[in-house]
Amino acid sequence: MTFELLTFFFFSAVLVFASAMVITIRNPVKAALFLVLAFFSAACLWVLLEAEFLGIVLILVYVGAVMVLFLFVVMMLDVNLARMREGFGEYLPMGAIVAILMVAEMAIVLGSGEFSLANMPQPAGHPEGYSNTKELGRLIYTVYVYPFEIAALILLVAIVAAIALTLRKRPNTKHQNTAQQIQVKRSDRVRLVKMPSEKKPEN
Amino acid sequence: MNFVAPDISPVIPEIFVLSMACLILVADLYLSDRFRIVSFLLAVGTLLGAAFLTLSDMGAERVYTFSNMFVDDTLSDVLKLAIYALVFVVFVYSRRYTQDRGLFRGEYFVIGLFGTVGMMVMVSASHLLTLYLGLELLALSLYTMVAFQRDSATATEAAMKYFVLGAMASGMLLYGMSMLYGVTGSLEIAVIKARVAELGVDNLILVFGLVFVVVGLAFKLGAVPFHMWVPDVYHGAATSTTLYISTAPKLAGFAILIRLLIGGLEDLSAVWQDMLIILAVLSIGIGNLIAIAQTNIKRMLAYSTIAHMGFLLLGILSATPNGYSSALFYALVYAFMSLGGFGMILMLSRKGFEAENLDDFKGLNQRSPWHAFLMLILMFSMAGIPPTVGFYAKFGVIQSLIDVGLVWLAVVAVLFAVIGAFYYLRIIKLMYFDDPETDAPVQATVDMQVLLSVNAWALILVMPWLGSIIDLCRRAIAGL
Repeated sequence: MTFELLTFFFFSAVLVFASAMVITIRNPVKAALFLVLAFFSAACLWVLLEAEFLGIVLILVYVGAVMVLFLFVVMMLDVNLARMREGFGEYLPMGAIVAILMVAEMAIVLGSGEFSLANMPQPAGHPEGYSNTKELGRLIYTVYVYPFEIAALILLVAIVAAIALTLRKRPNTKHQNTAQQIQVKRSDRVRLVKMPSEKKPEN
Repeated sequence: MNFVAPDISPVIPEIFVLSMACLILVADLYLSDRFRIVSFLLAVGTLLGAAFLTLSDMGAERVYTFSNMFVDDTLSDVLKLAIYALVFVVFVYSRRYTQDRGLFRGEYFVIGLFGTVGMMVMVSASHLLTLYLGLELLALSLYTMVAFQRDSATATEAAMKYFVLGAMASGMLLYGMSMLYGVTGSLEIAVIKARVAELGVDNLILVFGLVFVVVGLAFKLGAVPFHMWVPDVYHGAATSTTLYISTAPKLAGFAILIRLLIGGLEDLSAVWQDMLIILAVLSIGIGNLIAIAQTNIKRMLAYSTIAHMGFLLLGILSATPNGYSSALFYALVYAFMSLGGFGMILMLSRKGFEAENLDDFKGLNQRSPWHAFLMLILMFSMAGIPPTVGFYAKFGVIQSLIDVGLVWLAVVAVLFAVIGAFYYLRIIKLMYFDDPETDAPVQATVDMQVLLSVNAWALILVMPWLGSIIDLCRRAIAGL
């Protein structure tokens, strides 16, 4: 067993364990942390597959941004887990049947030998100084520029949609009007009141 | 590798619509509510401009660009023009309705135009990646449009349901696509076709991938048993949004069905034919039967949509060019009938009143004979009664079935179409033979009145040009 194979099995085992924990553990914060572990192991597997750029992006984007956001949400919202688990037993038999059927179907198809090593020969190695990142960048901005632009457009739609659906103009909110603040004059704020001097009360 | 800069001239309509949508997005920020109409006019003008651009570039030649990811052929031109027309009319129809309900906002038009770009991308996709991205762009726009009515519980629920089921459908489709990629080693539809011809029809993984692709597409089209979202979304969304969802996206859905099943996997037609038969029979049957039980006209039309999608699949499953062109014709006719049908609901709705129950159509003839007559034409056409164009659409599909010897299927389709005629005719009975429950006059803006009249009358008056439209559909399919 080569060292490469050993690392592969190690990270795969961690990945399977972490994924199982994500859906079985009761504490949502811990579940999120296990998801981080799952992402990390998956990223390591990708690096083993010589997709180092994607591996690093997975960690940066998912672990660094998405999961942190997720943790914030989980911690800030008081999710009532007992209520979410209510229907679990009820849907379990049906869900289990569907899941078992799908696993069986996939096992038949994937085990059919179509994806065996004989049919999928090992790809030729890369030349010295080959950079995955550079290749990706080159392809994305040349051959795949059209889908790349559409993906950008999808993100734009997501931004517009998020703002359009959540921005509410409430009449009683207090806004700061900077222009007005800057242009303010002394006379607007300070009023000099002339009043007769008070006499000392006599008693 | 030498990279040649792609020829962007076939993509100019897409670029134009996208740039205009961005322009409206920014311009709308500086408009007060009083001048919101400017956004509307800009959006409508965008569609006219896009139609002009597509028309001026309409050649018989099939052009690929962007490394074979984008294709410009007759089919894409025809469908794009129809999509512009549909979205144009949708915007005009929904103007007063949205104004009355505080939905007349710049985002409505911007998102509507982004959705249009998504449909255009889908229609012109010759690569699984662009096909999927176009689909997602459209889907994301549609989810947003459904959720626009934030204070309505039904709209929010519908949006949620649509979002979850839509995401699942996308997942199915992607999984199927990944299987296709695994077997053929390419995402380009033309290459997939060539590889499928080499591999033969009994390749297990190919069939496995095909199942997922068909399920994903059936979800998006709303064919039984993947139709659960259709009635809820149609019912829950604001009618202006329902109008949008029920028209142009159906054409885009048809386009990806054609591009994937026929453009890429036609050699597997023996396999997908059986799947589509099940989907089609169930859709026509369940759609028509459940529609009878509905009292809400939006739900009724939703089930009728399901039945119409079944008919559309009937044309495709015959697996002949004749069948495909009749399905294309059916899709076009259906989109314009649906446009008129939901347009009528929009017209009868007033400020603070939704004309969404069948009872709201009672005695329409006494309130406004002209509009009752327009609705009569629309319902006749949906039911497939001559001399409306709906009859010829159904006729073409059924003829293509008989041509390939699927007579039993044709009989089933006709039987259910007759059953379906019941609920269309019931509306006509309500309009002409019942007394109105309200005497509120039917009001509508002039542009809507004119367009709706044209819309309905076109279903009859298009007859002299029917031959050339069917011919155009044939040419579009032949040019694939």
